[in-house]
Amino acid sequence: MAKYSMHILVCGGTGCRAAQSTKITENLKQELDANNLSETVQVIETGCFGFCEKGPIVKIMPDNTFYTQVKAEDAKEIVAEHIIKGRKVNRLLYIDPTKKEKVDDSKHMGFYRKQLRIALRNCGFIDPENIDEYIAREGYEALGRCLAEMTPQDVIKIIKDSGLRGRGGGGFPTGLKWEFASKYQADQKYVVCNADEGDPGAFMDRSILEGDPHSVIEAMAICGYSIGATKGLVYIRAEYPLAIKRLQVAIQQAREYGLLGKNILGSNFEFDIELRYGAGAFVCGEETALIHSMEGQRGEPTVKPPFPAESGYWGKPTNVNNVETFANIPVIILKGAQWFRSIGTEKSPGTKVFALAGKINNVGLIEVPMGITLREIIFEIGGGIKDDKKFKAVQTGGPSGGCLTEKHLDTPIEFDTLIAAGSMMGSGGMIVMDEDDCMVAVAKFYLEFTVEESCGKCAPCRIGNKRLHETLEKICKGNGTREDIELLQNMSRVIKDTALCGLGQTSPNPVLSTIDNFWDEYIEHVDHKKCRSGVCKDLMQYVINPDNCVGCTACARVCPVGAISGERKAVHKIDPALCIKCGACIEKCKFNAIFIQ
Amino acid sequence: MTKVKSLADLRKMKEELQNKVNLREKGDNVEKLIQIKVGMGTSGIASGAKEIFNFFIEELEKRNIEAVVTQTGDMGYNFAEPTVEVTVPGKDPIVFGNVTIQKADKIIECYIKNGELVEGILPENYDKIDNK
Repeated sequence: MAKYSMHILVCGGTGCRAAQSTKITENLKQELDANNLSETVQVIETGCFGFCEKGPIVKIMPDNTFYTQVKAEDAKEIVAEHIIKGRKVNRLLYIDPTKKEKVDDSKHMGFYRKQLRIALRNCGFIDPENIDEYIAREGYEALGRCLAEMTPQDVIKIIKDSGLRGRGGGGFPTGLKWEFASKYQADQKYVVCNADEGDPGAFMDRSILEGDPHSVIEAMAICGYSIGATKGLVYIRAEYPLAIKRLQVAIQQAREYGLLGKNILGSNFEFDIELRYGAGAFVCGEETALIHSMEGQRGEPTVKPPFPAESGYWGKPTNVNNVETFANIPVIILKGAQWFRSIGTEKSPGTKVFALAGKINNVGLIEVPMGITLREIIFEIGGGIKDDKKFKAVQTGGPSGGCLTEKHLDTPIEFDTLIAAGSMMGSGGMIVMDEDDCMVAVAKFYLEFTVEESCGKCAPCRIGNKRLHETLEKICKGNGTREDIELLQNMSRVIKDTALCGLGQTSPNPVLSTIDNFWDEYIEHVDHKKCRSGVCKDLMQYVINPDNCVGCTACARVCPVGAISGERKAVHKIDPALCIKCGACIEKCKFNAIFIQ
Repeated sequence: MTKVKSLADLRKMKEELQNKVNLREKGDNVEKLIQIKVGMGTSGIASGAKEIFNFFIEELEKRNIEAVVTQTGDMGYNFAEPTVEVTVPGKDPIVFGNVTIQKADKIIECYIKNGELVEGILPENYDKIDNK
C-alpha cells in the first residue's frame, strides 16, 4: 500500500460540486501525477464541510490548511507551492470577516470554533464512497456491540436514557418511539428513514447522506435489531441525486462486507435496506403521508392514532426517524447515554445541525450544542449580518416555524424554548433577515409555499391557508384594514386547532409570529400604506423633489406610461395612479430629484 | 470482497485501516502530539530534506511514536540545511541543523524518546509573532 504523507481533502458536497469541485479533484490528481507525487499525496473527495459560503473548499492535512473559493486552475499552484515547497498559497486562505485577517488554520476560524460535530462527525473528513474509511473511524462498531453484547431492550434503554429527541422537527423522544414499535407483534416490521427534507433553504439531511451515508445505514440496522425489524427503507427525494448515488454505493459496500444481509457479524440478525424515491412533496415529510407515498398511494396524511408504530407501512409496525436522528445513534451506543446527556441542555441533550442561510456572512451548515444562543450562532459562527446591516429577525423551523427577533437573541436554543418563543426547531433551517426584509412579505412568502404544498385533504388547510394568503396579499397591495389583521389572527388559530396533520397545524405560525413581533409593520401597512423596507412595491411611491427638479423633461420622455407631467423648466409631477414603478425615471434623472417614498 | 464475520473481525479491520485516516485525525489535535517540521525550501530540498522527511514518517511509525510530520518553508538557517524543528507538547520548539539520517535517528531515540538533547541545536534567532 502506498504510504501517504499528506492528504488533500476536496469538498464533494452538492454546493461545492456545483462550483466545479470535481474538476479541482481531477486537476489536483493530474498535477500530482505530473510531479510524481501521487504515491505520497492522496486526494480525497469528502462530504460537505459546512462552509458553503466560501466554497469550493480544499483542506490540506495534517497541517490543517483551509483554502476557500478554490478554482480548478488553482490546483497547479497548490501543488507547486504548498505540496512541493511547503508554502501556503496566501491568496486562497480564508479572511476573517470581522478581523479582516487571513486565517490559515481551520481551528482558528470563528465558524468552526463554537461547533461540536456529532451527526456531522465524518462529513468533510472521510471519503463517503469508501466503507473502509468509515470502518477506520469506528464504523459499524456500535452495530457489532449491539449484536454481540446487548439485548434489544438494552439498546432501547440506552437511547431512552440518552434523551435523544427526533431531529426532524417535532422533538419526540426517539427511545420511546422505538419502544412502542418493539412492543407490537407482527410477522414483519419496518424501519424507515425520513430523508424527505422539504423546508426552503434546508440541506442538513442531504449533507449527512452525502458525507457519511454509512452512519445512517448502521443506525437503521441498530434500530432494526432493537424493534425486531428486518427491512429498512429510506424515503428520499428524487431531487437529491448525489445523496441517492452515495447511499446506493454505501448500501452495496455494506452488503459486500456482510454488514447488511443475513447473519450480520456472525449473529442471527438479518437486515437489508432499500430506497424509495419521493417526488418532493413537502407534506410527505409527515410520517403517515410518507408511508402512503411509499406504498404507491397519494401522499396524504391520515389521522393518528393508529400511529405507524402500530400500523404503518402495509399495515405493519413501522418506526420512522429522520436522517439526523439516525446519524446520532452509533455515537450514543459507543459513548453511552451519560456522555450524550452531558452535551446540550437537560431537556434537549446533544447537538443540532442547522442550515444557515439568508443575509449572513457565513452561509453554511453548522452543528452546535443545544442551549447555544442565537447571538452566538448569528454573530460568532455566522460572522454577522452581510454588508454591516442591522439584524432584524431569524426564521427558524421553515414554513412551520416563526420569526425570532432581537429580544430572543440571548434565549438558549432548544426544542421547548423555541416553541415558547412562538417558533419551533423544525428540521433546522435558519434564515436570517436584515432591515431590508419586510415581515409581512416574509409571512406571505411562507404562506405561498404552504398553499402550494397543502395536499388538500382537509378543509382548514386547503381553504384556510388560501384565505390567509389572500389577506396578506391584500395588505401588501395597500388595501388592508385593521380588521384584516384581526381576521388573520382568528383564522390562524382556527387552522391550528382543526387541521389534520402537522403541515396545517403549523402553517399559520409565520403569520402569528410576525404579527406578534412586528405589529408596527403590519399597522404601517394598513394604516399608513407604507412599507419601511421598500419590499411591497404597491406601497411605494415615486415622488419628485421640487427643490432638485430643474424641469429638463428627461423623466417625462422616458416614462413608458406617461405618468409624469410638467412644463419645460418647471417642476414636474408624477401621477401615482398611472405610475407602474418601473424606475426608468430615477435612472434618467441627472439631478437626484426623484426618490421613493 | 470478503465478508466481515464477527465483531472481532471488524475490530481487526479497523486497526488495519486506521492508518488511512489517522493522518487526518492527527491534524485535528496537533497541539497534543509531537510535531516535526522539516524545512523544505529550495535549499533544504537540495540538501536532502526530502529523504529526512520520509525517514521521519517511516521510522516514527515503525517505532510506534505518534507524531505529526509536516513540511514547511525555508526556516532561514540556510547554513545548516537540512533543518528540522521538533516540538514536544509542553516544551519549546527546538531546531536541529545539518540533519542526516543518522542524526534524525538520534533525534528520535534521544530527544523524542528520552528528552536528552542532541548536538547541533540551532539557537533561536527570532521571536515569533504569536508570543508578542
